[in-house]
Amino acid sequence: MVTKLKQADVVIVGMGWTGGILAKELAEAGLKVVALERGDMRTAQNDYALPNIRDELRYVIRQELMQNASRDTLTARNNLSQEALPIRRLGSFLPGEGVGGSAIHWSGGTWRWTDMEFKIRSMYEERYGKKFIPADMTIQDWGITYAELEPYYDKFEAIAGVSGKAGNIKGSIQNGGNPFEGPRSRDYPLPPLKNILSSKLFEGAAKDLGYHPFPRPAANASKAYTNPDGSHFGACQYCGYCQRFGCEANAKGGPQMTVIPIAMSKPNFELRTQSWVTKVLKDASGKKATGVLYTNLVTGEEYEQPASIVLLCAFAFNNVHLMLLSGIGKPYDPVSGKGIIGKNYAYDTGVGSTLFFEGNSFNPFISAGGTNIVMDDFYGNWDFDRSGPGFVGGYIVSAGHNTALPIGYRPTPPGTPRWGKEWKAATAKWYQTSMAITTRSGVLPHRHNYYELDSTYKNAFGQPLMRLTFDYQENELKMGMHGAEIVNRISQHLNPTHLVKASSAKRSWNVVPYQSTHSTGGTIMGTSPANSAVNKYQQSWDCTNLFILGANVFPHNSAYQPTGLVGALAYWTADAIKNHYVKNPGLLA
Amino acid sequence: MNDEPSNRRSFLKGAIAGSAVAVTGVLPGPALAQSTSASQNTVNPNPGYQFFNLEEQAFIEAVVNHMIPADDLSPKGTEIGVNIYIDHALANGWGKGERLYNHGPWKKGLPTQGYQSPLTPAELYRVSITKSNLACTERYGKWFDQISDGQRQEFLVALSSGKVDFKDGPSSKTFFDMLYQNVMEGMFSDPMYGGNQNKAGWRLIGFPGAISLHAQDVETYLNKKYTAPIFGIADLS
Repeated sequence: MVTKLKQADVVIVGMGWTGGILAKELAEAGLKVVALERGDMRTAQNDYALPNIRDELRYVIRQELMQNASRDTLTARNNLSQEALPIRRLGSFLPGEGVGGSAIHWSGGTWRWTDMEFKIRSMYEERYGKKFIPADMTIQDWGITYAELEPYYDKFEAIAGVSGKAGNIKGSIQNGGNPFEGPRSRDYPLPPLKNILSSKLFEGAAKDLGYHPFPRPAANASKAYTNPDGSHFGACQYCGYCQRFGCEANAKGGPQMTVIPIAMSKPNFELRTQSWVTKVLKDASGKKATGVLYTNLVTGEEYEQPASIVLLCAFAFNNVHLMLLSGIGKPYDPVSGKGIIGKNYAYDTGVGSTLFFEGNSFNPFISAGGTNIVMDDFYGNWDFDRSGPGFVGGYIVSAGHNTALPIGYRPTPPGTPRWGKEWKAATAKWYQTSMAITTRSGVLPHRHNYYELDSTYKNAFGQPLMRLTFDYQENELKMGMHGAEIVNRISQHLNPTHLVKASSAKRSWNVVPYQSTHSTGGTIMGTSPANSAVNKYQQSWDCTNLFILGANVFPHNSAYQPTGLVGALAYWTADAIKNHYVKNPGLLA
Repeated sequence: MNDEPSNRRSFLKGAIAGSAVAVTGVLPGPALAQSTSASQNTVNPNPGYQFFNLEEQAFIEAVVNHMIPADDLSPKGTEIGVNIYIDHALANGWGKGERLYNHGPWKKGLPTQGYQSPLTPAELYRVSITKSNLACTERYGKWFDQISDGQRQEFLVALSSGKVDFKDGPSSKTFFDMLYQNVMEGMFSDPMYGGNQNKAGWRLIGFPGAISLHAQDVETYLNKKYTAPIFGIADLS
């Protein structure tokens, strides 16, 4: 028996950054908003509190804040010829569960994606010719511009408390910032974080070699801060427990300590936790979403929540899963290349070197999520000529410690045994002496990297798991080879006692080791229903009262982390709904 | 050998050693009765096992003391509680398959597809310790806890590369990977979980533990050895 509840103006599925931003903005606009979150309510005062939050086993190894794979996971394979099997224990990516979503446990990396992304196909074709882009690389222009998004990036950075140093203010290049970034209307709301030893060494070497290192922008408050909404941030304590952890100091910007409490103070907003949405409901025409079906996890009872506007704000692949389960849009078929939903899955990749300096004390446990120095000379720098190495995209290079805790981080030089007296002696000797220099590249989409529903395995609700088919392609290999050469050049310049060089080889994606939670695509943005699931307002072409927010709308992935763009697009969509859609429901143009 | 099995265990092993296939069988009544009386006279250096049976206790103690031998840098594995850490982890939610998607069909899968065994961690240990002792009996005529240090080394290396055939069982590498990870957890996790006693693992490397504030330390300890006291969660609770 499904109980039908009272109609709301807006129902939001998922309460992370995008759900939180939309909840606040639309509740303030006077709409009656209901939010459904599958996880719990947690707060810094009660749940991310000292001393219990300083627990690597609980939060990193046992993944306490993450999606519970026993209830819902994905099946995975590298290519169409393999049999997909369930990811029985999450590893490669770790979506958060609960109020705040993955923004509870992120490390705060916040970047502005530029027109190099939004016009990727036209810019590469214009500069390098049509043949430069491999036939199976399904990149496309997004239909949105940096200029449109600039005020929304600015807004998100101010709300999230981003620390950093501008490199380009209104076209004027700033010393110490990223000279390759898009023009900003003003500097970051907070100055950069302190520089730790590994970052300093990298910064010096990169400068010596003529590159342009700068502090990685991060939503870690470098000092106490009150954002424009009046939300208070404590100063970052460089505690070393950032990624995978909640922040007791409220120094790491997240929706649970900014936009969500503001929404919750409005009488026209209601948050229901432990509420698992299983389906988006449609009317008989199939052109309008009428609400969602969900299960109250406390009682097991099912409810229908009708709403005039439905917002999918869950983690990127859970939004795609809901679209496939609800039968909205045409599922993508990798053989014919037809269909849209599930298309263009993309991810991150990279290479790295490990450097050992006998006698150094890096103190890797004194660090923040954003204590990194990074350089953009081989990504945001459009002047970097890709015709030689022959790849689309590129990579950023960075160094610095971030959440280097001892169950997971104990580097020793190659040849060290894995156990016994020699292992102990080497662990003791080298633990303090090591740093890494790494690249990060966005994976470019390929026609065979995609999501669909699995035909065998089911979740706790009896629904098909989502099946992910994904592997790295030649373009990733080329980026890795070029990146390894640059990383090794910088590493050798530092003249370490031991150097484990970066290298790149053809390899397949493995679900086991943690790599990145930056899964993108599946409900991609574009200029027409023929090439995309949503328009530039993240509005579904199929059901115009349905908006699908998050990195699932990215047609490709970048060397930059996704959250800055996810946040900017959320504010952009909130404005479009408030100022245009509500007055004149229908397709936004 | 620096970790002689207790009298209690020697007795039990004697009782079942006659038949290699019986190692997982139910012990005869008298053996159980005698083990109870024998244990009253034995000081167990690691009290408080919640999960491991006697065969498994002997195995895990031998493993952790081989991987973490005593020297100037730290006491041996059992003295820092690594065996107890693993026992408790297996007795509790993680060992029972919490957060593990455990529905069939089960297929062997590719290395890139991760853990595909139908066994929970606790079940994997149970089966694999038995299989390991069977394999050691075939190779060396004795269980793992009875063989020499050199033989232990050889056997663990073979396990780690999956070269031990757990006939009709899980992959020996799957077991080793979990075992190795758990040994490291037992050495470097917060002492409240039973391992890392006296913060021996953290002392080894100079990790400060559950410290709350480091903002001033960025400058104070820039390229200087960190020397402040080490805290566990219990010390700050």
